[in-house]
Amino acid sequence: MSLIWIPLLPLLGTLVPLLTSRFGRNVCAFSVAVLPSVSMVLALLTAPSVLQGETIQYHAKWLSSLGLDIAFRMDGLSLLFCGLILGIGLLVILYARYYLSSNDSIGRFYAYLILFMTAMLGIVLSNNVIQLWMFWELTSISSFLLISFWSHKSDARKGARMALTVTGAGGLALLAGLLLMGHLVGSYNLDDILNSGDLLRDHQAYPFVLFLVLLGAFTKSAQFPFQFWLPHAMAAPTPVSAYLHSATMVKAGIFLMARFYPVLSGTELWFIVVSMTGLATLLFGAYMALFKHDLKGLLAYSTISHLGLITLLFGMNTQLAAVAAVFHIINHATFKASLFMAAGIIDHESGSRDMRKLNGLWKYMPHTAALAMVAALSMAGVPLLNGFLSKEMFFAETLDQDTLGSLSWMIPVLATIGGVFSVAYSLRFIHDVFFNGEPIDLPKTPKEPPRYVKIPVEILVGLCLLVGIFPTYIVSGILAAASSAVLNGELPEYSLAIWHGVNLPLLMSCLAMAGGLIVYYNRRHLFQFQAQFEDQDAKFIFERWVQRLVNRCAQFIEYIDNSSLQRYIVIMMVMALIFMAGPLLDLKHTEGARQLLELNGVVLTGAVLLSMGAVATVIWHRDRLMALLMLSVVGLVVAIAFAYFSAPDLALTQLAVEIVTIILLLLALFFLPQKLPKESSPKRITRDIAIALLIGGVVGTINFAIMTRAPDTISNYYLENSKTGGGGDNVVNVILVDFRGFDTLGEITVLGIAALGIFKLIAAMRLYMPSSDETGRTWSLDRRPLILSVISQSLLPLALLVSAYIFLRGHNAPGGGFIAGLITSVAIIQQYIANGVEWVKPRITMSYQWMIAGGILIAGLTGGGSWMFDRPFLTSWFDHFHLPIVGDFELASAILFDLGVYLTVVGATMLILANLGQLTTSERIPSEQH
Amino acid sequence: MEAVYAFCVGLLTACGVFLTLRGRTFSVVIGITLLSYAVNLFLFSSGRLKLAAAAVLNSTGDYTDPLPQALVLTAIVIGFAMTAFVVILAMRGRADLGNDHVDGRIPSEESALHRHRGYKS
Repeated sequence: MSLIWIPLLPLLGTLVPLLTSRFGRNVCAFSVAVLPSVSMVLALLTAPSVLQGETIQYHAKWLSSLGLDIAFRMDGLSLLFCGLILGIGLLVILYARYYLSSNDSIGRFYAYLILFMTAMLGIVLSNNVIQLWMFWELTSISSFLLISFWSHKSDARKGARMALTVTGAGGLALLAGLLLMGHLVGSYNLDDILNSGDLLRDHQAYPFVLFLVLLGAFTKSAQFPFQFWLPHAMAAPTPVSAYLHSATMVKAGIFLMARFYPVLSGTELWFIVVSMTGLATLLFGAYMALFKHDLKGLLAYSTISHLGLITLLFGMNTQLAAVAAVFHIINHATFKASLFMAAGIIDHESGSRDMRKLNGLWKYMPHTAALAMVAALSMAGVPLLNGFLSKEMFFAETLDQDTLGSLSWMIPVLATIGGVFSVAYSLRFIHDVFFNGEPIDLPKTPKEPPRYVKIPVEILVGLCLLVGIFPTYIVSGILAAASSAVLNGELPEYSLAIWHGVNLPLLMSCLAMAGGLIVYYNRRHLFQFQAQFEDQDAKFIFERWVQRLVNRCAQFIEYIDNSSLQRYIVIMMVMALIFMAGPLLDLKHTEGARQLLELNGVVLTGAVLLSMGAVATVIWHRDRLMALLMLSVVGLVVAIAFAYFSAPDLALTQLAVEIVTIILLLLALFFLPQKLPKESSPKRITRDIAIALLIGGVVGTINFAIMTRAPDTISNYYLENSKTGGGGDNVVNVILVDFRGFDTLGEITVLGIAALGIFKLIAAMRLYMPSSDETGRTWSLDRRPLILSVISQSLLPLALLVSAYIFLRGHNAPGGGFIAGLITSVAIIQQYIANGVEWVKPRITMSYQWMIAGGILIAGLTGGGSWMFDRPFLTSWFDHFHLPIVGDFELASAILFDLGVYLTVVGATMLILANLGQLTTSERIPSEQH
Repeated sequence: MEAVYAFCVGLLTACGVFLTLRGRTFSVVIGITLLSYAVNLFLFSSGRLKLAAAAVLNSTGDYTDPLPQALVLTAIVIGFAMTAFVVILAMRGRADLGNDHVDGRIPSEESALHRHRGYKS
């Protein structure tokens, strides 16, 4: 039977209560218990070999290349925890059936509970640390759901949020720690990590790993100073407290320390940090527990104190201490779970958890009282009960360590003081609740609960007694197996006997008992002393801190994200500047070794024109028409530059685009303010000029550095294969439609998308139509100039002929689909300008959207056509033909592709300009009316 | 000649960056156009400058690098589409929001400036 079923069955079980809750609470409770029981049996079946010291493995490959596999392992420690999780879990399922009222959605509760059970099983069984972490987070989430089960209560919501925040934050630290650990070891597999203890401990990153992992463990196990969430998690239903906050979730942190004990412990740092944290938690929890009037509050602080005790044991540098820690994990789980259950029964039957009201319950519920008293005495560490045994071992170990060097004697003294308070609060639990006079105005008259609900308590209390009296028969096997897993196989000599003779630990126990009695007897003085302190509610402090953090974040976000485009662009530009300029600082010589071209008058004239145009654009940028005219000067010079530097295709394209762009911008100006007020402050202008000049300087420098170095080009391939492979002389065009046809297909698609986006933007635009220019002159309503319209009409066929010529020759001479498309567009736009929309509209009836779609389709189908000949997408074909009059000519499939490009360019350009132009005329009025 | 070319690219970049940092949409559009000129020239020059050596196969055998040209050609066309998109967006923004500021509202720094100069906002 495979290990994976042990956590998988409960995971499937989360669905069971949701399906069966409609059949009543009894059916629901029993059906829920089935799958975890099977898991329990499966776990127990592995016990014989695990107790022999074997480790059972399950491994399934998942993303092995990332170190992520589904891996489980069962060793002694896992078996111990599986027993606790499933055993106490089953008891809690039974108990919750009684505890939850009929108003509560029992199906939802059980689903959360089983989900939590799955998560805990996942943690203790995982053999991959990332997987372990995932289950770890799952416990945080499912415990959040459980604590906030009564979500109508503010306490429950706040407590749940606090628990989630603290344990979640710890979880993130743990993730960082585990990733670091996996990185150092080179594997996320737990087996590999456990065998790399020396490597990790000697690595300089060890303190970080330790700190991060311990942060995860301490937050989960409510160690000082993260203990504050646990008392507030008591807002959960009591079955949840009994399960999560005694036996399982808070033990997850302890489990983590035990799991990584072989790799992380053994250094000064570990002993100091872990033992001091544990000691502080032990004392703080024990002291605070005495003053809580709420039964569950007392138990919560007592839990904190016992978790501190276990942590302290792990932090002491003896192997026996680790054994004692494991032993106390078992004992604490049994007596604390039963105490929580008893507290829940008392709450349920009397309607209160306040120890100032609860008195003398012995008379009303003697059976429950007896059970609770036994468990409480075990908590106090009274002989013949399991708590005594592990506490005795604890005292013995405090005497046997040298963690603090010459100050090590302090630990046993402080441990005894912790023991004193532990006895005192246990006494208070017993005396205040069951004796001490009569109940004071309780909402209900207390009575014994139904018989079956005491069964889980009886089982647990029975275990306390059995372990306490016959330790060797009951626990020695599992204790040895779990301890040897913690100690990586080395097990020290120890004896589990009740009586070790009169020795120091026994004396310490006696001192604790006597001290506890005295403290409890004089408790009024202590209570008065404690009352002097301001009672601070951790909830409010926590909320305040969270609020402060949120405000800080909001401020920071407000600073970097103030929805100002100018701010964003500045940040972006400055970042670009930093990244661009950095490498330039390392470049020794700006100028490379390449032979440079001679400067001549033509270039100089062009450069002067371009510079003047650019600078004038900036100077007149608030007078928009002027700026536009200057911009067109720059564009024209750029086109000439392309022509001059051997790029005729670019020159033609740039020229055509320039015309289209300027027409577009002129149209847009009609709807935008003509002039602008001065609005930037001098400071901002100076800053922007500085940024602009710096970036310009850096870009110019890079450009110069590139141009003066010899090229390392891949273009020779294109030059050599253009004729033979693509059938064309114009290499630029062959690259566009053949070699890199896929790129071009993508680009015309983008063009089409942009045009359609613009079409949608225009369609829903509610523009106001200026009736005059900014000086108050109204628009001229004159007819269009006759000569212009006549000439442009007669030019149209000629222009279309030119564009057809440019298109056809494109494969062998400058031209092609892009350029021909732009020329056609310009010719059509000219008709719009010269004759008006109302004249053009009935004459050009084709839909530009269809043209775009058709163009992209033709280009795509041409590409797909090569599949029919078993060639890759966009493979081109060409051949030479001979016709009588025409003579020799060449046909290439690339020309079809180019036709697609042509159609898309025409469609996109016209869709943009025609629709925009239409807005300025009376033609748009009908479209506004509907 | 390369130095003059690089100077022009740098100048265009500087002018473009300055204008994209302005607060009104039309200036930003013009700035983007200038920047795209600069970018196209920059990309083009990565094939190095060469006179009278168009990449059209002929008997001379001396050609400039055709690859940057092919890339820049599509960049010019796409640059037009993008400019058009931004322009229309600017118009739509003004139509829907009632002003032509890039943020859709006149920020407080400027209204402070207005107050400083005695404007009433």
